[in-house]
Order: sequence, then structure tokens, then C-alpha cells
Amino acid sequence: MSMLADFAAAIVSGKIKVIDLTQTLSPDFPTIQLPPEFGQCAPFRLEEVSRYDAKGPAWYWNNFSCGEHTGTHFDAPVHWISGRDLPNNTTDTIEAKNFIAPAVVLDCSKESAANADFTLTKAFILEWEKKHGRIPAKAWALLRTDWSKKKGADYANVKADGAHTPGPDPEAVEFLVKERDVFGFGTETIGTDAGQAPHFTPPFPAHFFMHGAGRYGLQCLCNLDRLPPTGAVIISPPLKIVGGSGSPLRVLALVSS
Amino acid sequence: MKVPPRRKKNPLAVTRLPLLPPAAPSRGALKLATLAGQGRFALPVCTACGAVSYPARDVCGACLGELAWRDVADGGTVLARTVLRASGDVYFRQRLPVRAGLVGMDAGPRTVAFLHEDAEPGTRVRLTLRLDKADQAVMLALPEGFAGEDALLHAHGCSLRDRRVLVTDARGSLGAAMAARAVAAGAREVFAGEAGTWTSREALGQSSLPEGVLPVPLDLTDERSVREFAAEFGGRVEIVINTAMAPRPGSVTEGDPTRLREAMELEVFGTARLARMLGTALRARGADGDYPACAWVQAVSADALAPSPGYGAHAAAQAAALSLALSLRAELRPIRVTTVFLGPLEDEWHQDVPPPKVAPRAFADAVAAALERGLEEIAVGDVARHLLERWREDPTLAIRETTHTS
Repeated sequence: MSMLADFAAAIVSGKIKVIDLTQTLSPDFPTIQLPPEFGQCAPFRLEEVSRYDAKGPAWYWNNFSCGEHTGTHFDAPVHWISGRDLPNNTTDTIEAKNFIAPAVVLDCSKESAANADFTLTKAFILEWEKKHGRIPAKAWALLRTDWSKKKGADYANVKADGAHTPGPDPEAVEFLVKERDVFGFGTETIGTDAGQAPHFTPPFPAHFFMHGAGRYGLQCLCNLDRLPPTGAVIISPPLKIVGGSGSPLRVLALVSS
Repeated sequence: MKVPPRRKKNPLAVTRLPLLPPAAPSRGALKLATLAGQGRFALPVCTACGAVSYPARDVCGACLGELAWRDVADGGTVLARTVLRASGDVYFRQRLPVRAGLVGMDAGPRTVAFLHEDAEPGTRVRLTLRLDKADQAVMLALPEGFAGEDALLHAHGCSLRDRRVLVTDARGSLGAAMAARAVAAGAREVFAGEAGTWTSREALGQSSLPEGVLPVPLDLTDERSVREFAAEFGGRVEIVINTAMAPRPGSVTEGDPTRLREAMELEVFGTARLARMLGTALRARGADGDYPACAWVQAVSADALAPSPGYGAHAAAQAAALSLALSLRAELRPIRVTTVFLGPLEDEWHQDVPPPKVAPRAFADAVAAALERGLEEIAVGDVARHLLERWREDPTLAIRETTHTS
């Protein structure tokens, strides 16, 4: 018990900082767009029910609607075909303890600024490990690109030949899953995969390999630049949607100051 | 009389109230207005003796024979004229002096008409039926051979010229063509609504908007976006052209249910949202100056009348959107609500539909022409025109013909 009391005290005293890694859920935040003949993820929408008016004199509230993959969101393994038959692969069946885990932050912000199609490679990860040590098992691998600082069209960066946003290459994802046993993969971009990932083999490797191995995804994160390369703890419980493939959520990071 | 030039509103003057002309229409008068709203000059004609009745009667005034509505000759001669300089009616008091007179129609009957200033007794005139601010048919008499603009026609139309126009969806092909057409027609300002601005026109394979168009962020599915547009520009829009219509294939049983929801969100809830946020401001300026707010154009798929096989889901959304527009016609008065029925569009979603299809340019031209005459219901393209004709004749049969073929 004293450990929890110490923890609570450290939060109050500021010894442990709580950093919000969540983008504001707003209609202005880009939602992933698939080729038009596919079904689309609904964007976030907010409709006022009442605001201290005839529809509700003393209270203000809204109805909102969105897709499971709108805004800062969590991907459950069932999201991808490779993870469809795994046990406990939906938002309502994942064990609650899996929503709290440590994280490493792979800083690719310089590379991403220079090249929107920057791909994270195994070589880059090994290089990172030389400086920060081996990625511990059961840790989130978070890709810091500073992409969250972009807005609107620059953020989505969609051209006639597809989206151009950074992400991992297939070898890097396989390496993280099989040789580093990561807990999941998180990004600041609209998906865990690179904008050009439909052209990778396999397509969408972050989705394919992570979910195929029962790992999770976090995307549209922000404030990764405020996290240390190692040592942060991520709290990321999605909504308990029955059979859910993912959900918008609030993602918090705990960092000791 | 010349159309007065547009002047900036005096912000210190009280705005003229959007009053309506007196109305107590009979069923015959409603029929006359319905046909006038379609651009027709039709009166009841006796099927037995051929005599034309006006005003509309239940039976022929000459032989008690049955009457049928037919297009008739629109020529006439002015018999008498007068200038009203005083009136007990609040609507006409706003518009004095009013020139009116009696015209002997070539078709037979005599009619009271609003007269052009050059129409003196004995002048040969051409009559035209227009809808007034209460959506009733009124006769306008202009000297034979008169062409061009006139204050009488201007007041009984919704010309794009010098008006400030909102085209709701300039990301769509209909909206882009309409925005360009409004500029060409001399609109004072053209607000071109653009949704989802995080994808560029270039990425969508669309050409850039024409010169003179002001792109504005507007997503009818987003309450805040509509509210912000209305707050910022609501006081400056005189004509709304709602082109936010996205026909996609999909049957009721096998179509993608998210498609149906998207269509409803955009075309039904979106239209209602725009009307709720913008309608009051539009109506309030319905008599404001010589270029008042005057029209709401609603693009509607002809599927709203009779669903095409394979497009059942979208047809349902369009039927609902049409119903909204019909309610708006009453709720927004004196704003003219014009429904524009469209056949299959010449776009990538109708690749498997053989021609004839509607080119966006044809839509834009038809809307501009309909606004000029203040029409309330038109069809663009052969498919919609043909369906609308059959639907007016026998809706149930037209539906059966559409749904039971192919």
C-alpha cells in the first residue's frame, strides 16, 4: 500500500509529471481517408442537446459521434485481419492491466522533418539502442516525429499519389515484435503505418505484424517531445466497446521529474 | 423601369420587413401557381368548346364543359391602366407606386396584370406568369418584343447578378460548376463551401476554383462549421445553392449501410442544419433593399421521386432531403425554394450508367436560368425531365415504371 501512497504523493508533489499525449477530439482533426469505394471511418461530430435554454434550462450537454479510429485512438488486435482469431483481441476483452505499460521513445523528428516519407528501419533502432540501451520487453515503442505539431492539410499530407507521412518499414516492425517483444507501437501520425505503407510488403506492416502478434497500436499521439527516451509509463485504456476494434481515448504518460 | 443599381445598405436604417402579399388562394389559384412555378403559362381550357377560363373555375363559364389545364397564347393588349399610389395592404404599402392594369388576352379572358411603365392602353404586351413573395402566380405585362432587364422582372425573379451567393459544396462537381456560373452571371460575391480541407483539391484530382470565388470552410455535417459560417457570412448571403448531394450506388439490402448514413448526414441532417442556422437570417432579409435575400436552391436527385434500381439507399436520403425542401418552401417564405431534379450525373460514380447524364455545366446553366425567372421546380437532363413529366401525370405509375424495369 505504501507504494501506491508514495505514488499518489509523487503525483501531487509533481515528482511524477502527468503528460497528456492526446489530441483534442474535434471535427477539425483529420480522419483517415480510404479509397472512396471502401467504407469510411466517421469523423468526430458534436451536436448540442441543450445549453441552458428551452431544451434544457439548467444544463449543457452534447451528443457526439465518431468512428472507433477517430482522433487519438487505440488499435486492438482484432482491427487487422492478422489478429482476428487471437484471444482477448477486442477492446472489451483485453486485460485491464495491459492498459498501463512502460514506453521507449524513438526520436525521428529530425529525419521526419527532412523527409515526410521517412521510414523507421531496424538499423535505426539498433543505432538508438547503442545510445539508450536495449528496448525492454513489454514496452510501448513510440515513434516521435513531431508530426503532431502540424495541422490540417499539412498533417494529413495527402497528395494525388497517396499520403506522405513517416512510419516503420516491415523489417523494423518484425524486429520490434519478434526480437524486442514490444507491447505495441505508437505514432503521432494518422495511423501506425507510414502514409505510403499500402506499397510496402506486406502492406501496412505495423498493423499486420503488431496485431498479428496480439500487440496494440496508438496513433494521433502528441507531446512525445516531452517524454524521455526511456522511463515513461503510458496509461491508455480504450472505451469498453463490445467487440470493439479500437477506440478514441485519453492517453497519459507518467514521467519522473 | 430600370433595375436600380445595387447600393450598400444603410446600417442606420430600419430593415424593410419581409411582408407577404395578400393571399387567399382557391384550389384553382394554387394550380395556376404550381404551373407558373414550373415556368408554364397555362390556364384552364374547356375540353368541349375550347374556351379559356380565367380566373380558374370549376367548369367552363361558356358551356359548363369540363376544364383541363393547357398552355395558352401569352399575347395580349392593354385595355386600361392605373397607378396605385395608396394602399391599405401592408405589403403593397412597402412598394408604392404600383402600376397595374387590365389586359385582354389573345387566349380570350381578361386579366389584371402588373404593367411595365411603357404599357399604355392599346399597347401589345406579352404576359408572363411569375410567383410573388407569397408563392402565388401573378401576371406581368411587358411590351411585345421587350428584351433585357426590368425592375418588374427583377422584383419577381432571383437573378444571380449582383447578388451574394453561397454554393454549399464546391468540392463536388455540381458546386464547382455552379460557383463558376455564378461568377459569370455577375454575382457580387460567391462563397464556395469546402468541406474536409485537409485534403487538397489537387489530391482529389480537382481543378482549382475559378477566379472571383471566395472559398470558405463549410461542412454541412459539422454543426460548428455551419454555425461559424452562418455567424460570419449569414448576413451577406442572398441566394443559397445547396449542391451538397453525393449520389453513390447501393441498394437498400446489399448497399453499404455507412453509405446510407453518410448520405443522410450530408443531405438530410446537413440541409436541415444549414436551414436552421441560416434560414432565419435569410428570411429576415427577404425584403431588404432592391437586392433582397431571395432564393434557396436545392439540388435533388430524381431518385427522390422514384428510386432507380441499385441506388435505393441514396434515393431514401434524397426523398428525405426533398421533403425538407418542401417544408422550407413554406417556412422560409418570402425566400423562393427551388428544387432542381437531376438525373444520373456525369461523374465517376455513374460509370456503369449509360448516357444521357447530367454534366455539371448543364446543371449550373439551368439553375441560373431558373433563378432569373424565379421558378420553383425544374428538371435538368433528359432522364429527370422525362421522369418528372410522368411523375406529375401519375406518381404511382412513374414509380412502378422506374422500380420495375431493368
